[in-house]
Amino acid sequence: MTEQLAVSKIKEGTVIDHINAGKALLVLKILGISAGSKERVLMAMNVPSRKMGRKDIVKVEGKFIGEEELNRIALIAPKATINLIKDYEIYKKFRVVLPETVEGVLTCPNRHCITNSREPIVRRFNVSMVDDSVVVKCHYCGRKITEVDKYIVST
Amino acid sequence: MARFRHLISIDDLSKEDIIYILDRAEEYEEIARGKGMSRILEGKILANVFFEPSTRTRMSFEAAMKRLGGDVINMTAQEASSVAKGETLADTIKVIGKYADAIVLRHPLEGAARFAAEHSEVPIINAGDGAGQHPTQTLLDLYTIRKESSLEGLKIALMGDLKYSRTVHSLIKALTLFDAEIYLVSPPSLALPSDFLEGIDGRIYTAQLDEIIEEIDVLYVTRIQKERFPDEEEYRKVAGSYKVTADTLRRARDSLIVMHPLPRVDEIDVSVDATKHAKYFQQTFYGVPVRMAILSEVML
Repeated sequence: MTEQLAVSKIKEGTVIDHINAGKALLVLKILGISAGSKERVLMAMNVPSRKMGRKDIVKVEGKFIGEEELNRIALIAPKATINLIKDYEIYKKFRVVLPETVEGVLTCPNRHCITNSREPIVRRFNVSMVDDSVVVKCHYCGRKITEVDKYIVST
Repeated sequence: MARFRHLISIDDLSKEDIIYILDRAEEYEEIARGKGMSRILEGKILANVFFEPSTRTRMSFEAAMKRLGGDVINMTAQEASSVAKGETLADTIKVIGKYADAIVLRHPLEGAARFAAEHSEVPIINAGDGAGQHPTQTLLDLYTIRKESSLEGLKIALMGDLKYSRTVHSLIKALTLFDAEIYLVSPPSLALPSDFLEGIDGRIYTAQLDEIIEEIDVLYVTRIQKERFPDEEEYRKVAGSYKVTADTLRRARDSLIVMHPLPRVDEIDVSVDATKHAKYFQQTFYGVPVRMAILSEVML
């Protein structure tokens, strides 16, 4: 089965390719796409890939997602590539870049952290790569997270 | 121009900032002893905002402020729970900032001081946020070492609860700036968490006290808390083997100093108090000139 057959083409919108296999649902969560969302979304999981062995793909029809928002995907899929589509053609292609900080997309596992109180606070994390893995650190309490997947919250 | 507006974490300070504060503290030491007068903070008000009880940190800040001619208003833990019922920390800080020129904050949640600083019109000094940071303790520890021993070529042993002690964690980070040789002495269950040392570049070794007692310049002892152990017997066994007595120090250098953030329970026997090594009460006094230096830095 080829990639083209796995998910049909979209006329206009955002294609997120080379997502680590099994992470597509988390990508949707990061992008704030859930059951109540109106976007038409196509998704393929565990598609064969020459570069990655297996990968996931997400296509969001009719919406050009901002670069800053897309870069958050690098937290769980650092190799993801983005294709912006117009009239079935790619008009812009780029790779996600790991942001230095992320806001609102993760929750701190430290239950004694001020971000888990009822204060008016935007959760902020500083992001870095350590030995090919993404590590984030809470801006407020300093707690490090290596298993980033577990702490993604819908934006 | 102040070197820093808020004091939240020792990590926010460079080695030069730390030395600057220690130098300033030295200038204030005589005034802190009640010899000489200063009125440089006359007309200024400091608010001590304590969401957790702490007598000595609060009193030490109060003494520091008054020695410089300033005044102090207090919100104690008891008042915090009744007065601020339902109010967010963000609002409390904004309100108190209207009454005072700086706020000393102790709060049970980690990161509270950094958050408060984002909402405050006046400088915030962190006096402990849960298990997080307590930078003025670290600065007074460094001051004590510099006064009573030396920060140059220092060999120091940190003994006791190295897992949960925020005092120890902050001190290790600061000491690596001074290229100290650091020995960690603790029961296995209270050893320094391995991920703590990630990204810290320093000469840090695990040791038994009797192997290094002849070598070290400073023995820094922390409290081993009963609640960290599953049962009383286990606690007694461990606490007993990490107790410093006058006999423990028999082979130590004459110049060795023993420090402790206080309050102590059983970790240092009273027999040590009478030896020339005991510096923990002196250490607590040094908190006053160090806090005078910090207050004058953020308030002038």
